[in-house]
Amino acid sequence: MSTPFLVGNGAGFSGDRVDAPIPVVRSLVRRGLPAALFFETLGERTVALAQLERRRDPELGYEPMLERLLEPVLRDCVAHRIPILGNFGAANPPAAARLVARLALRLGLPECRIAVVTGDDVTASIVLDQLPVHEADDSLDMKSARLVSANAYIGAAPLVEALRQGADVVVAGRTSDPALAIAPLVHHFGWSFADWEKLAIGAACGHLLECGSQVTGGVFWDPGVKDIPEPWNIGFPIAEVTAEGGLLITKPEDTGGIVDLRTVKEQLLYELHDPSRYITPDVVLDISGCSLEQVGKDRVAVHGLRGHPAPDSLKVTACFEGTWLGEGEVSVAGPNALARARATAEVLHRRLEMRGLPVRARVDLIGVASVHDSDSGALWRAYEGPEPPEVRIRLAAEGADRDAVDQAAREVLALLCCGTAGTGGARWRLTPRILTRSYLVLRERVPTGVTVRTAREMAA
Amino acid sequence: MTDMIEVPLHAVAHSRAGDKGNRCNLSLMPYDPRLYPLLAEQVTEARVLDLFRHRGATRVTRHDLPLLHAFNFVVDDVLEGGVNGSLNLDGHGKTQSFRLLSLTVSLPRDLLQG
Repeated sequence: MSTPFLVGNGAGFSGDRVDAPIPVVRSLVRRGLPAALFFETLGERTVALAQLERRRDPELGYEPMLERLLEPVLRDCVAHRIPILGNFGAANPPAAARLVARLALRLGLPECRIAVVTGDDVTASIVLDQLPVHEADDSLDMKSARLVSANAYIGAAPLVEALRQGADVVVAGRTSDPALAIAPLVHHFGWSFADWEKLAIGAACGHLLECGSQVTGGVFWDPGVKDIPEPWNIGFPIAEVTAEGGLLITKPEDTGGIVDLRTVKEQLLYELHDPSRYITPDVVLDISGCSLEQVGKDRVAVHGLRGHPAPDSLKVTACFEGTWLGEGEVSVAGPNALARARATAEVLHRRLEMRGLPVRARVDLIGVASVHDSDSGALWRAYEGPEPPEVRIRLAAEGADRDAVDQAAREVLALLCCGTAGTGGARWRLTPRILTRSYLVLRERVPTGVTVRTAREMAA
Repeated sequence: MTDMIEVPLHAVAHSRAGDKGNRCNLSLMPYDPRLYPLLAEQVTEARVLDLFRHRGATRVTRHDLPLLHAFNFVVDDVLEGGVNGSLNLDGHGKTQSFRLLSLTVSLPRDLLQG
């Protein structure tokens, strides 16, 4: 067996634990094998929120935790030739790259090579109306919709080009998540972009690692049922990949969490629909013949992956300004809490109706039924279980009229004086919503570009 | 005759939920592979659809992965508009895996004590 290449993950979403990359890089350095580190911080709507930030300030619109994530690991990664890749550029990769350059200079790394990948932002370059629609939010009215952003999910090719040009840090926007793992593997092993079996290994590696701790115990642990060591210190994943296509998932030795058949199965199927067709821009991954093998403590080998040719089209997700969401909450506790909560819910619905506010509304009884419930409150209305010690009543209202939504949410606030006996702890807020619609576009219509410069050059 | 016992899926299996738009996928894996065929018989598309009908779910498709001893349920229109349109606190539907795990199944007692 050839020397494995290690792929580490330092973040699974925007908002992940910012100290997670430290033990991952420590482990990569200690093992001394060729390696890369990637960060996945861009959700479907994150790019639209970032675009709104950029409109406010042209130097913003990238991952807000970027500096915190990179600062503790950048020096070690540059020193040990471990390239860092991330979609942390979000809506503004050039500004994110400038931040990385400032950080590199501050750390005494003027020769740090920083790549900017462009081409995913098609807001200005592609007329969406002419594209076939892939999927769309039901409530999206295209007649009045105002476009915020449109980004194509680009593949690994421009990232590979950045690595070929010696990049230490590759700053991208809307790449596909698996591309962040495929790219360093293609670059290191010299795999062809037509070798579907190898690309499938890369796509599976990316898929298993892209959500960070979710393959090492995060959203897995269930106290007393599926316990993991040190859930406050879950080690983020590292994959070992060989030139022949061997794939093994593990984690840093000095961390909590666990890698076993159960954690890998949960993540393998996460956000998957047809197991024989997991579509990425670089390859269609087929896990229908996949099997797993525990080959050591916190070491799981992945077998039987297959790949099918990449699709001709890329997915473009367009984000539009949506309606307003108003939310308000109050609590009741102690004797007769359930009856007081139910009555409060009825009063809130009645108030919205009395005032004729043009909103769609829902009330939850948190502690009785909320996240599993429906907009009509089918579960809490039918609830016949024991009296809960406390209930938090939540109103959610949405509509196009900002003031009407605000007024609806403020009805919860008014309960501090007008509500049932013992009502307290009011909170309310108003937030703009983003609606999405995705399209398919022929890949040749999305040209990509890469520029690589040193931190010193960027500062000049 | 084998002694059967009714248990929630949570006692014998684990699950994780994921989303894409207004569609949710729920994996389901028994801890003991011997239970796989029994779950295949009892955790049907129709039963899972019933669990989510109150939220407007219209269709459930079950993909079987016998080599992994896993099922993947794809539930259409269950997220009340999805993360962008939903009024639900959990627009992504991440908590729905535990609604699935509340479903009960009837299993031979000797398999549960193994």
